[in-house]
Amino acid sequence: MRRRIGVLMGSVVLVSVSAFAQRGEAPTGFSLVGMWSGMYHEDELERTDPGPPPGDYTGIPINDAARYHADSWDADLVSVMEHQCIPHNAIYSMRGPANLNIQADIDSSTGRLLAYIIDGTFGGATRVIWMDGRPHPSKFAAHTWGGFSTGTWEGDTLRVATTHIKAGYLRRNGITFNDNATLTEFFDLHDKYLTVTTLAYDPIYLTEPLLRTESFLWNPYQPLAPPHAYGATCQPAPELPRPYGWVPHHLPGTNTVVTEFSKAYGIPFEATRGGAETMFPEYREKLKTMTIPPPQIFLTKFKQEHEDTAPEKAPAKEAAK
Amino acid sequence: MRALVFTSLLASLAFAEPQSGIEVLHVRGNVYMFASDEGNITVQVGEHRDNDGVLMVDTGSASMTERLQAELHKLTNKPLLYIVNTSADADHVGGNAVLSKGSASRGGANNGPRAADVNIYAQDNALTRLSAPEAHMPVLALPTMSFDRLKDFTFNGEAVQIFSEAHAHTDGDSIVYFRGSNVISAGEIFSTVGYPVIDRVRGGSIQGEVKALNHLLELTVPEISQEGGTMVIPGHGRLCDEAEVTEYRDMVTIIRDRIDDLIKKGKSLSEVQSDRATRDYDGRYSQPAWTGEMFVASIYNSLKASGSE
Repeated sequence: MRRRIGVLMGSVVLVSVSAFAQRGEAPTGFSLVGMWSGMYHEDELERTDPGPPPGDYTGIPINDAARYHADSWDADLVSVMEHQCIPHNAIYSMRGPANLNIQADIDSSTGRLLAYIIDGTFGGATRVIWMDGRPHPSKFAAHTWGGFSTGTWEGDTLRVATTHIKAGYLRRNGITFNDNATLTEFFDLHDKYLTVTTLAYDPIYLTEPLLRTESFLWNPYQPLAPPHAYGATCQPAPELPRPYGWVPHHLPGTNTVVTEFSKAYGIPFEATRGGAETMFPEYREKLKTMTIPPPQIFLTKFKQEHEDTAPEKAPAKEAAK
Repeated sequence: MRALVFTSLLASLAFAEPQSGIEVLHVRGNVYMFASDEGNITVQVGEHRDNDGVLMVDTGSASMTERLQAELHKLTNKPLLYIVNTSADADHVGGNAVLSKGSASRGGANNGPRAADVNIYAQDNALTRLSAPEAHMPVLALPTMSFDRLKDFTFNGEAVQIFSEAHAHTDGDSIVYFRGSNVISAGEIFSTVGYPVIDRVRGGSIQGEVKALNHLLELTVPEISQEGGTMVIPGHGRLCDEAEVTEYRDMVTIIRDRIDDLIKKGKSLSEVQSDRATRDYDGRYSQPAWTGEMFVASIYNSLKASGSE
């Protein structure tokens, strides 16, 4: 009897292991399910308010074509009806604002994990990370803002490959990527922190992959974002009295706004133009050969704090008149 | 005449590649996209009582016809009753002659102007070009009915509207809107793999192309977050929605404006071409058969002809 029970127990264990293997789930990894609050401590001013200034192309390995394209970008473009409700795309959406609500899609008959669903990114470009081994669609299939993602575990790191992404922006000041760009992400968990490392590939506008990271804090108290934050209620409406078909852009050589970042922060204009060369320490040597303009933003702030508000100077000015 | 033959050939070969398979994608409702590297064909098929069968938008190049028939037979045994040619280009009408013989008797009333197995619709100017002696088109391949501005009818239980988009790619272009399925077949007006071919010899113009793209945007309605809703099948490339048409409209408009500005500054064609006004889009859209430089030349000549100085 005891032997029979032993065989039975052994069979249960074998069946369990077998079922586990059939589900295709490696005994590694973690569950992404939960509420995750964006931390924004990387590139905060770019990712939140006030956002990237025009002409700040630093830190992105763009080529001349991308730079030329960014120079022609006019911020009025977002007022065009067809642009008003565009959400953040898969390559950008983890940058924020993003208080993520990640859920699992489980096959109820087998208990198998089919996909993770990432909600809560700006504008409602919900992402689905398929975990069931399905292939990516054909080149003729439609693209979406969220793209088509598949995930595989590499130890305790979830590697996500994304294709079929609609063309969009890498930075919200005119630096864009093409619709044949792809994305590779690595999701890592450290205690209560989820770090997403993203590698964006664009063979047309980037000379090498763009590497960025975004971190999130596990936050079960995080409220669900209201529907309007997801873009569900976004309805385009005319904002400017322009003829239908109006496409705002700067003609080549006419965009003077792109020089303002250089002047404001005291960075040589050439160095603000981005590109792989400007991203590495060796570029410091080249910077030493350039004229560094005085940073107006700090001079202005200094003046406001130390001169304009100095009460004793007012009578002096009056006296001079 | 030599120029006409050349430009016609150019337009048909602009995105031609070696023979490839046809992939069938269900778009939505009654509409399927027969996609290939040689160009896209739209197929509408339905089960509506007393009014069902197959409507095909464009018939591809002649070399595709056998593969096209094989895929069609896999999809349905309904008879092909209507063909719409969105252009007179060889890669849009190449299968007309074979396919118009029909695969079954339609029975019942004939809605077309002649007792043909298959009715072929095209814009007036497309019919004129296809029926010209130098086109060498067999009678069976010719449109049985043409229209000037708009042709609409109900088929497979949904309204079908064919809009003329004349003076865009050529003077005989059209787009087909399946209102029930909410799908538009855009023909040569829209592509995801190349710049639009502005065939000035056959009546095309850049202003007409921009106007046609804006008309497409007027017809499309996204479902949510500027995505989904009305789906658009381009003449070449992948399945799209309003977002991609917007991207393409923006691109064509921006390049048009850049060249218009250079013309107003008195630049010659060679000066405009050396300015490389398409440099930020060439990596994405320039193709050996229709390069950015050729696109620039077509815009330059089109704008000069329309009086831009």
